[in-house]
Amino acid sequence: MKSLKTPVIKVLIAAALSLGAVGVGHAQAPATAPAEAPAATAPANPAPIAADAAAPVATTAAAPAGDATYVPMKPTPGVGQPVDAGIDFQPQVSPVGEQAYWFNHVILLPVITVITLIVLGLLLWVMFRFRAKANPVPSKTTHNTFIEIIWTAIPVLILAVIAVPSIRLLAQQYEPPKRDALTIKVTGYQWYWGYAYPDQGIGEYVSKMLPEAQAKAGGEPYQLAVDNRMVVPVGRQVKLIITGADVIHSFAVPAFWTKMDAVPGRANETTFTANKVGVYYGQCSELCGVDHGYMPIAVEVLPVDKWEAWVRSKGGNPAGPVAAAPAAAPAAAPTATPVAATTTAPEAVPAAAPAAAPAAKN
Amino acid sequence: MTDIAATAPAHGHADHAHDDHDHDTPGFFVRWFMSTNHKDIGTLYLIFAIVAGIIGGALSGMMRLELANPGIQYLGSWAQALGGAQDLTAAKHFWNVMITAHGLIMVFFMVMPAMIGGFGNWFVPLMIGAPDMAFPRMNNVSFWLTAVAFVMLVGSMFVPGGSGNGAGTGWTVYAPLSTSGSVGPAVDMAIFSLHLAGAASILGAINFITTIFNMRAPGMTLHKMPLFVWSVLVTAFLLLLALPVLAAAITMLLTDRNFGTTFYDAAGGGDPVLYQHLFWFFGHPEVYIMILPGFGIVSQIISTFSKKPVFGYLGMAYAMVAIGVVGFIVWAHHMFTVGMSVNLKMYFTAATMVIAVPTGIKIFSWIATMWGGSMTFKTPMMWSLGFIFMFTVGGVTGVVLANGGVDTNLHDTYYVVAHFHYVLSLGAVFSLFAGFYYWFPKMSGRMYNEALGQLHFWIFFIGVNVMFFPQHFLGQQGMPRRYPDYAEAYAYWHLVSSYGYVIMGVGMLFFFLNIGYSLFAGKKAADNPWGEGATTLEWTLSSPPPFHQFNELPRIA
Repeated sequence: MKSLKTPVIKVLIAAALSLGAVGVGHAQAPATAPAEAPAATAPANPAPIAADAAAPVATTAAAPAGDATYVPMKPTPGVGQPVDAGIDFQPQVSPVGEQAYWFNHVILLPVITVITLIVLGLLLWVMFRFRAKANPVPSKTTHNTFIEIIWTAIPVLILAVIAVPSIRLLAQQYEPPKRDALTIKVTGYQWYWGYAYPDQGIGEYVSKMLPEAQAKAGGEPYQLAVDNRMVVPVGRQVKLIITGADVIHSFAVPAFWTKMDAVPGRANETTFTANKVGVYYGQCSELCGVDHGYMPIAVEVLPVDKWEAWVRSKGGNPAGPVAAAPAAAPAAAPTATPVAATTTAPEAVPAAAPAAAPAAKN
Repeated sequence: MTDIAATAPAHGHADHAHDDHDHDTPGFFVRWFMSTNHKDIGTLYLIFAIVAGIIGGALSGMMRLELANPGIQYLGSWAQALGGAQDLTAAKHFWNVMITAHGLIMVFFMVMPAMIGGFGNWFVPLMIGAPDMAFPRMNNVSFWLTAVAFVMLVGSMFVPGGSGNGAGTGWTVYAPLSTSGSVGPAVDMAIFSLHLAGAASILGAINFITTIFNMRAPGMTLHKMPLFVWSVLVTAFLLLLALPVLAAAITMLLTDRNFGTTFYDAAGGGDPVLYQHLFWFFGHPEVYIMILPGFGIVSQIISTFSKKPVFGYLGMAYAMVAIGVVGFIVWAHHMFTVGMSVNLKMYFTAATMVIAVPTGIKIFSWIATMWGGSMTFKTPMMWSLGFIFMFTVGGVTGVVLANGGVDTNLHDTYYVVAHFHYVLSLGAVFSLFAGFYYWFPKMSGRMYNEALGQLHFWIFFIGVNVMFFPQHFLGQQGMPRRYPDYAEAYAYWHLVSSYGYVIMGVGMLFFFLNIGYSLFAGKKAADNPWGEGATTLEWTLSSPPPFHQFNELPRIA
């Protein structure tokens, strides 16, 4: 099932993504597209192919500043991953995460702790005070309108107090992305992730879990470490367009307070802004079959210059599409999503490719 | 046939209601396999629920054993022992089969049959002064449909389901994992099993509604009914309204799987999210179906052992009605990360939090019932007190999860697992044990052993808390649900959680010991072993009650 379906989808996505690449310059589009095609047939390790093809492009594009070679960063212990015997949320590095963490720790957690302790205290008190020995003759009281109104009204007030910051947090999470947000297309597969940067001209590459020995050799936590990470610049908003290729998956990074289902046939959008350089891990969070537990997510947040170097190493252009293109490229990426996700028949391949080509000429 | 006819209730013994009815009792096969007696059917349901609970509980023990340490240790050999292939894929598939079976068994074949089929059948007619259920034969159909459904579900574990034997879709059976994602007959069998269990529950619901509306003894107005009867009435309405939606949803799954329809397939114009909306439109009322009868049981027991009538009776009854109504309009909080609009999410956040208000009324009314009472702490009371506290803990984490913005992080993590086990494994199950000990003397005619009951309670109480409280920590740290393995950082709390299971398991030994001992050697129970606090009609009958009760209807003042 998987071996039949996924290459087809990947070819489609590669074709669709060449739209995004076109904004960068005509010289690059042909260079990227052929590089993607072989990558699609050998999904195991497409990265070197893309890098080779991209090398000449990188030198002709804007002069690289600083170190152009990309070396995967080592994670910081205790950041972006669980800690031994930890009990709290992972440290938050996005504004939404900080807001949500504050909401939980300053409002929710104290409120629920106090309520639980009040109930426990009342229980223990009545058990002690009104035990049969201490109170042999029970009262016959069965009503007290005043107290019933009180214990209805006070919870209503408490919930109202909770609701205000809760609704504000939701509004903050759903703020429309800024114009300069970096768009990344995320596709969930059984059982790995595909990432593409349509505006930078980086075609989809595959991100799989590293085997135990390799993960430990690289100083990374096994079952969280991946071969090809999602790489983003620090402090810049990232807009994720998320879809699923086969069944529903869920893209989650606890340190960003981000989680969004990858649903076949849908292009879900969510945003995050990572304000601290580092490596942040997440895991698929919707049951998706046998290897549900083995398709982790790793996001590497880099300083802007290093991120640009990474983009060039991938054959992309960090500056994104030129002035005229923005209107076309972002529009192209989301429309490409349903095509890629919902088409499974092989004959759709030639149909999609010509459709993409004219758009590319604009 | 003559034997069956002999079990019909109107039998001309009006003069001596407490008469010896042994000559009416049919032979073994007819009595237990063709039963139309609500008490016998209730007993069948309870035995069934205990058997299903042992299987579902064994599955959770296997899961806790596997999760005690990082790595895959046992799954392979278990999959093989059950006839699966000998490779890692089959092993990991077996994990998904276990989580699916555990969920479905505990929900549909343990909690629901015990609460509604068991205690509901036994005590609703007794408490309202009725001779039997309104439709005794339909009652029997309900039970045997449930039994066959259970056989289907367990059977599905031994037929191919894609990557290995059994349905590995989770109890939610989300499309497209359950359609294009799982080839083989296992998922079809599991779906059929849900159809049968659902049909059984709908029939049961019709039976309870009819019985409660039409067969109350003279003077037993709706506002005089014991709260347990109220809870079953509300539950029956929830069943009647929610289960047809489930039936529709899973029927469309079947046709998507087998007949080429595309209700849940985007490639054909369908939508996988549609399934989730339909499923949770059923699924959220379902969680109240599981807990509401527990509310009723706990209300009776608190009142009995405080020797005081329930405080705020009308508020308690209508709080359950309110919970039932609001329970139908909060379903999408189970789907906060599916990609819904912000307005929808704000609505479901607010609506979900509203449920905390009637739930709070119940908690405070229970405490007020005890206030001023004269409390004794027999085993049923201990389970009820444990229920109140554990349900509060599970309830407040529910308030946290209700916030769509916070749920973003906690959705599908162990925090959710901890939350729903606190309200179900420590809520519904505590109330089941409370009801079992409370009514055991009435049902069997023998007292349970108090010391064994107290041991059972305390060990179980400690065990489940050690097992589930650390799961909040795992969830906050980011550990996702339904994983057979995990990063090493999660190992500590997983191990603690597994130790908790062992403690709980030891507690359960005392339960089985108690049943075995008490059934054969327990003291004979009086008609009313609980004294002046027990005021409902079942305590006016002998222990056990006669085969047919209330040949002359009681009059309620």
